[in-house]
Amino acid sequence: MTKIEAIIQPSKLDTVKEALREVGVDGMTVTEVRGHGRQKGHTEVYRGAEYTVDLLPKIKLEMVLPDNRSDAAVKVILKAAKTGKIGDGKIFLSKVESAIRIRNEESGDAAL
Amino acid sequence: MRSAVVRLLFGGVLILGAALQRVEAQETASAPAAGAAAAPTAADEKIAKLETAVVEARSAGDNAWMLVSAALVLMMTGPGLALFYGGLVRKKNVLGTMMQSFILMALVTVLWALFGYSMAFGPGVSFIGGFDFAFMRGVGAAPDADYAATIPAQTFMVYQLMFAIITPGLIAGAFAERMKFSAMVVFMALWAVIVYNPMAHMVWGKGGLLNAALGGKIPTLDFAGGTVVHVTSGVSALVCALYLGRRIGYPKTPMPPHSVVLSFIGACLLWVGWFGFNAGSALAAGSLATSAFVATHFATAAAVLGWAGSEWIRNGKPSVLGAISGAVAGLVAITPASGFVTPMSALIIGLCAGVVCYLMCAKVKGIFGYDDSLDAFGVHGAGGTLGALLTGIFASSAVNPIGKGLLEGNARQLFNQLVATAIAWGLAIVGTLIILKIVDVVIGLRVSEEHEVQGLDLSQHGEEGYNLEA
Repeated sequence: MTKIEAIIQPSKLDTVKEALREVGVDGMTVTEVRGHGRQKGHTEVYRGAEYTVDLLPKIKLEMVLPDNRSDAAVKVILKAAKTGKIGDGKIFLSKVESAIRIRNEESGDAAL
Repeated sequence: MRSAVVRLLFGGVLILGAALQRVEAQETASAPAAGAAAAPTAADEKIAKLETAVVEARSAGDNAWMLVSAALVLMMTGPGLALFYGGLVRKKNVLGTMMQSFILMALVTVLWALFGYSMAFGPGVSFIGGFDFAFMRGVGAAPDADYAATIPAQTFMVYQLMFAIITPGLIAGAFAERMKFSAMVVFMALWAVIVYNPMAHMVWGKGGLLNAALGGKIPTLDFAGGTVVHVTSGVSALVCALYLGRRIGYPKTPMPPHSVVLSFIGACLLWVGWFGFNAGSALAAGSLATSAFVATHFATAAAVLGWAGSEWIRNGKPSVLGAISGAVAGLVAITPASGFVTPMSALIIGLCAGVVCYLMCAKVKGIFGYDDSLDAFGVHGAGGTLGALLTGIFASSAVNPIGKGLLEGNARQLFNQLVATAIAWGLAIVGTLIILKIVDVVIGLRVSEEHEVQGLDLSQHGEEGYNLEA
């Protein structure tokens, strides 16, 4: 099992969700997060006082998929979340040891 | 001396005699029509009734406008000022800041009822009123002709109360986010008594030193409170900012407004409420009120363009906060001038206010480094001073016969404006310093460092403005 964490632009959430559904990913967790990578923040000016805002709002998508389907999902996210500008975000992949469905205690791929 | 008295007496007898002769002549003339003797009496009665009705109608019209104006001015404090200031602070201080405005609506009202009105508007000496009107004695339905002959004295009293409420509220912008609530309440009560009441008496009260309408020694033009309201509060604000010191972290830690949206709503309410403030200061519903209404609106519009335009040129973007701050600056500056200037002069005054107040907040504050947190001095102190002086330049006797400014060749007026402004500055500085010292010793002005970091909402009031998970 592979866990996919994708940090994307908030404006791309709908497109990415839609694209993932098309390739059969039906579960995900979405969190509003703030952070920054190479993208610089922006400045705000209130009555002449300048503030630099370097933590920008982003969306974090998390999903755990069977190993054989993770590549397809990554491809879809890459395509759907891209604007081509700095600040498009990143995708992290990691191995997951096990998964258990709380309702009926199914485990492994069957729980996904 | 003696012969003069005799001559006066003699003259009086002559006039009396002539009057009696005329009455006799009339009676003789009407004698032949004795049958219709009742007719002229009926006509006289009708005329008398008509005259009463006219006076009553005028009074009803004026009173309606003045009651609405009083309500409009109260609306400027709550919710106007409360929202304007509340939006400008960080969210941990939003309730504490709104409470600073709201509590004045209660506190100043009670003080005003007991003795405040009498100190400001009762007969007294040049600097302060006496206690003739204390506990609302003699303030009833009958008009006080010295102030406003067509409305009940009580209407005038309650209208003036609304000014006394908002003025100390303006100062709160300077000590936002760091003053103890208890200290603030005592400070405000003392400030109303020591600074506001005397200043209001000098400019507007019977026998006041600066009163232009009731024969003051240095007639000053202040239609709706440029010196009384804005110079006193703005300058006191600067003193407070300097005395209390900066907020923890200022200016390194960012302290952006938590909601420009709240401030926006507040500023719009201030703009509307200000029609009651300025046009209402005509104390009647006549053409002077209209003139003040128009001047107020025009100056505000020009000031919005002045501030937002300056920002656009300097920063490349016109901000919403800049636009609404410009509106308030324009409203402040036109306040003393509103009943004395033409619409075109109002545009000029507003434009000047927008640019000058922008520079005060964006440049001058940074140079000196004082933490006038919400720019009470930059807007009210600077705008009020500018407005008071420009009134002395632009006042037009065509708009209001008692106002003749420099442009009509009356340099004396500008000098008087300068003197009045200096008095307001002096009274505000000295009065505020004394009060701050007293409150500092007795209660302590600032909240503890821990409470300041925690925020006023929790530390002073035990609540939070936004319980988003509730």
